[in-house]
Amino acid sequence: MKQVFLTVTANIPLTETVFEMVLKGDVSEVKNSGEFINIKLEGKYLRRPISVCDVSENSLTIVYKVVGGGTEQMSQMPVGTKLDVLVGLGNGYDLAPAGDKPLLLGGGVGVPPLYNLAKRLIAAGKQVSVVLGFNTKAEVFYEDEFKKLGATVYVTTADGSYGIKGFVTDAMKDIDYTYFYTCGPEPMLKAVYTASNTSGQMSFEERMGCGFGACMGCSCKTLTGYKRICKEGPVMKKEEILWEN
Amino acid sequence: MGKLSVNLCGIELDNPIIPASGTFGFGYEFAELYDINCLGTFSFKGTTKDPRFGNPTPRIAECSAGMINAVGLQNPGVEKVISEELPKLKACFNKKVMANVSGFAVEDYAYTCALLDKEDQVGWLEVNVSCPNVHGGGMSFGTNPDAAAEVTAAVKKVTTKPVIIKLSPNVTDIVSIAKACEAAGADGISLINTLLGMRIDLRTKKPIIANKMGGFSGAAIFPVAVRMVYQVANAVNIPIVGMGGVTTAEDVIEMMLAGATAVEVGAANLVNPFACRDIINDLPKAMEKYKINSINEIIGGCK
Repeated sequence: MKQVFLTVTANIPLTETVFEMVLKGDVSEVKNSGEFINIKLEGKYLRRPISVCDVSENSLTIVYKVVGGGTEQMSQMPVGTKLDVLVGLGNGYDLAPAGDKPLLLGGGVGVPPLYNLAKRLIAAGKQVSVVLGFNTKAEVFYEDEFKKLGATVYVTTADGSYGIKGFVTDAMKDIDYTYFYTCGPEPMLKAVYTASNTSGQMSFEERMGCGFGACMGCSCKTLTGYKRICKEGPVMKKEEILWEN
Repeated sequence: MGKLSVNLCGIELDNPIIPASGTFGFGYEFAELYDINCLGTFSFKGTTKDPRFGNPTPRIAECSAGMINAVGLQNPGVEKVISEELPKLKACFNKKVMANVSGFAVEDYAYTCALLDKEDQVGWLEVNVSCPNVHGGGMSFGTNPDAAAEVTAAVKKVTTKPVIIKLSPNVTDIVSIAKACEAAGADGISLINTLLGMRIDLRTKKPIIANKMGGFSGAAIFPVAVRMVYQVANAVNIPIVGMGGVTTAEDVIEMMLAGATAVEVGAANLVNPFACRDIINDLPKAMEKYKINSINEIIGGCK
């Protein structure tokens, strides 16, 4: 973890409520796909944890949804805004067990952390399939971005207004894959867990206090002991997940 | 003695800054960020007799200038704290540490404190009496002078280390509880623990925190803490560790003027992981501004 000061160089809407923000500065501490950053906002007490969508030598991209006052404030930030950010948080995805044909499944704002993961897997010579799940056509984002990386992309919408009608698991059943990586709302993660016929990794979400392991605000029980979503997570292996309800 | 040093229950601190229990783990997470030997000491994660997972999540809610937590004393239990956490703590911290202890029965407190008493690195036992007493109908030990005194006396029997009783602010008369602890042998009083609070999610119309209510901390509670430290400091003759919303070097000075010998910093660590280091660095300049030569001389300076 490192505290850095990053400058907003882009902040554009992808849909009515989802924004893409590019932050420039020292991002050398960002190591793995699936990590998150924790952003200090003017007038808000706690930082905002947001997963990293993509990272380059001197900038990173986040894609966030406006869900409350903090993200609303972020959506209004002009280019040039300087932000106090903790970077290099969380474990991120482990690429090693991917096999030849990894499958990536993202639901809503669970899509962004899979982008850099797809990029790295494709760079490693993997044949990557991606399923992007949304509620409706107006919410779809990043379909072209994943296609440009060279992934085979399937889009599902719950109302059938675009792509395959249904959930990510409806697309999943017809895809041949060696391993899966997923991020999305918990009901989706549970459905993927049940529908999957290989091992995989899932990224979880929880309300956090600090984001770096100090407050125990985001603890969860796993089959391999208690874990902090922010520190030993947010990515868990399928084999260690303990569904409590 | 340096101009920042203070004496807390017979142990000299290089400075009065102490990260508060529950916001600093066992130190090693923060030792990755800065040399934590710059601290006066720190109060480690609240330790109980048995391991605890704590409350279900969500455990955290944000407030204006503060936060609510209902972690529920998650900790691996005193045996594992001694065998696994303290060696890691020792590797990054070479001063005496404050052991924070919680319990749900008087015997639990005594059991945990007796084990921690044998640890050389433990300088003080900070006993949190805000937990519910399972034998007392679930009422917190800290809301009743007799129950708080009973815990104090039980702990004093099993240790020779200074015992600091950490009081809950969620009471009608904190002074009477502080006095009862002093009479039962407490070597110091620390206050305030968190204020009971609650937030409701307007969309779901349900409490944000799974436990419904939790402890309110952060900058917003600072004036309440200063008031209670002032009241208690004027009623007892043992040292006070003041805490509650402390965020800056100026806050530290204010807390000490109110009567604190040392000052704990809690929620601020969660927002700015460097908060305690920054406060220590800022303290000499703040002292200069207010013409304070030695921090020790301002303790209880507000009459």
